[in-house]
Amino acid sequence: MTRPNTILEIKDLHVGINDKPILQGLDLKLEKGKVHALMGPNGSGKSTLANLLARKEDYVVTSGHIQYLGEDLLTLSPEEAAWKGVFLSFQYPVSIPGVTNIQFLKSALNATLKAQGKPVLDAMDFLKIVKDKMAALEMPEALLYRFVNDGFSGGEKKRNEILQMSLLEPTLAILDETDSGLDIDALKAVATGINALRNENRAILLITHYQRLLSYIEPDFVHVLSNGKIIKSGDKSLALELEEKGYAWL
Amino acid sequence: MTSSTDLNKLLDREYQAGFVTDIESDTVPPGLNEDTIRLISAKKKEPSFMLEWRLKAYAYWLTLKEPDWARLNIAPIDYQKIIYYSAPKTKKALNSLDELDPELLKTYEKLGIPLREQERLNGIAIDAVFDSVSVATTFKEKLASKGIIFCAFSEAVREHPELIKKYLGTVVPYTDNFFAALNAAVFTDGSFCYIPKGVCCPMELSTYFRINAVATGQFERTLIIAEEDSVVSYLEGCTAPMRDENQLHAAVVELIAHHRARIKYSTVQNWYPGDKEGKGGIYNFVTKRGLCAGVGSKISWTQVETGSAITWKYPSVILQGDYSVGEFYSVALTNHYQQADTGTKMIHIGSHTKSTILAKGISAGHGQNNYRGLVDIKRKAKHAQNYTQCDSLLLGNHCGAHTFPYIEVKNQSAKIEHEATTGKISEDQLFYCRQRGINAEDAISMIVNGFCKQVFKELPMEFAVEAQKLLAVSLEGSIG
Repeated sequence: MTRPNTILEIKDLHVGINDKPILQGLDLKLEKGKVHALMGPNGSGKSTLANLLARKEDYVVTSGHIQYLGEDLLTLSPEEAAWKGVFLSFQYPVSIPGVTNIQFLKSALNATLKAQGKPVLDAMDFLKIVKDKMAALEMPEALLYRFVNDGFSGGEKKRNEILQMSLLEPTLAILDETDSGLDIDALKAVATGINALRNENRAILLITHYQRLLSYIEPDFVHVLSNGKIIKSGDKSLALELEEKGYAWL
Repeated sequence: MTSSTDLNKLLDREYQAGFVTDIESDTVPPGLNEDTIRLISAKKKEPSFMLEWRLKAYAYWLTLKEPDWARLNIAPIDYQKIIYYSAPKTKKALNSLDELDPELLKTYEKLGIPLREQERLNGIAIDAVFDSVSVATTFKEKLASKGIIFCAFSEAVREHPELIKKYLGTVVPYTDNFFAALNAAVFTDGSFCYIPKGVCCPMELSTYFRINAVATGQFERTLIIAEEDSVVSYLEGCTAPMRDENQLHAAVVELIAHHRARIKYSTVQNWYPGDKEGKGGIYNFVTKRGLCAGVGSKISWTQVETGSAITWKYPSVILQGDYSVGEFYSVALTNHYQQADTGTKMIHIGSHTKSTILAKGISAGHGQNNYRGLVDIKRKAKHAQNYTQCDSLLLGNHCGAHTFPYIEVKNQSAKIEHEATTGKISEDQLFYCRQRGINAEDAISMIVNGFCKQVFKELPMEFAVEAQKLLAVSLEGSIG
């Protein structure tokens, strides 16, 4: 039985790519208002899970289910999943030369609002909202008029991802190694941004290799993914234990 | 399943202008010989100098071979199977649009060019060419009050023979190339436009070309003369029904700009491109050239090429007058099995002449897109300048983009710059957009439009919007 505060429930999920099995019997439940950290060694399937949840179509699901807000997530296209509140902060956000950031952000927000049956924003209203959100993330306005992620520094890219998250207000936010490639100041700023987006209706899945990020964003749960399965779940103390002992003891 | 299938679906929409108008036409039998040419000339009630010129061109054409230097794969053309003249039957000469066959008005309405509305609302003067004849020209009187002549080419031959005699073939002589010679022999209609000294044309002039009849070639000729200190902006659009066989369109456009005159010539080309397997479609073999004859004159070509099975055209500028300026802005898109070999020639003769080339090629499906351009700085062209930028965008793995820039410099003081880039819309970019709620179709359109922005901003406003839409439609169903 899915409890009313469950946002996402994955049962016995088996997923492969090019005949190579990656997720092998994964079970995971994400709850409203909670931050779930997902840790695990390289190649354990963390990014596969993140991309699959965002409905990237490169994967073959051989068995298992994913229920998202009571609906079969695997039947949704990437944009449908986005409209229903699934957001992925990419580990490596791509650049889109020729398309300005402001045009991209406005198209994304208005496409989502439209699909949700809400009124779309005109240029003035949008500009006001985006400027407020950028100020909160300490992003210079000039980034609006550059091409999407084109020539952005690592920190600018990740901040731009969090900006999109704050604009789109997702129900399920998946943050794939948001800490990678950031210096300590950028890490703090991004973490502050993410913390500001914690709320009681939203679940956050925080994928990371390191405890470092978790000392800025305190998780409610920590899950360890290894060989395509969750092998251990616990509270934030589990992350500290992993930091000290590595994954081998599990 | 991979995400490239989404791209596949997307790039597959049908050609929107592919219908046929059921209209009675006056058509000559297929085939080309002196009698065909005499018949065309007689039907047009042409003065004898015109017929003589046509026959000379025909005799010269017989000595030529089709050019094969372009990077194009052209199925052989049987010139004896082409119908060289087809015209909608009309009872008498038209005095206004009200007398035009309602079927024809409907055709242009279906194409999104409601002649009546354009007349009333947009203030754009239109010459509508249907198969071999011009069927309607709007705003004639208003233009005439400023001394501007804007009419069908065949009418100009009858009404203004002195201008035709003076200028016809001066920029593109019939000896220029195979298709220019063929055009000179058999051209049937087109637009003529004359802007007197010191006049700034108060509205956009536009010609809309439509091939309707089966097995018909369209050979039109456009001649624009801008006298000293005059200004004109001209736009042409083109469509054709979907047919299984290839149809030939071999046009010639000549522009002449006298001292300080400015001509802006924009094309939105949407000839039928053939089906998804590459069957049918228009062969668009066109010679376009402008002569900056006067000091400080300027000719600017802007083209958006989305249609045709094969495009072979190089709108060029001869920069003869000192301080004259030539510009070429181009977006060429090839999808499915379309091929394009297009670009420009900038011939610098006068001193301090300046040219700008900005070419954007987009290839999708199995499309092949070639940019071919010549920048020729002659010996006496002191302090000539050229800036060239060629960018290619690829969608998918089966298409191609090729750039052939030729630069010849015979004067040391010239300044030449050339930049080229090639990029690709990746699955990752598409997934990124879709993850943010932008569907694949809108994402491709957004990326492609971003790529073309610099060129679109050169188009007259109304047409920039149209070009964006056209590009989105033409891209539906690409990549694989």
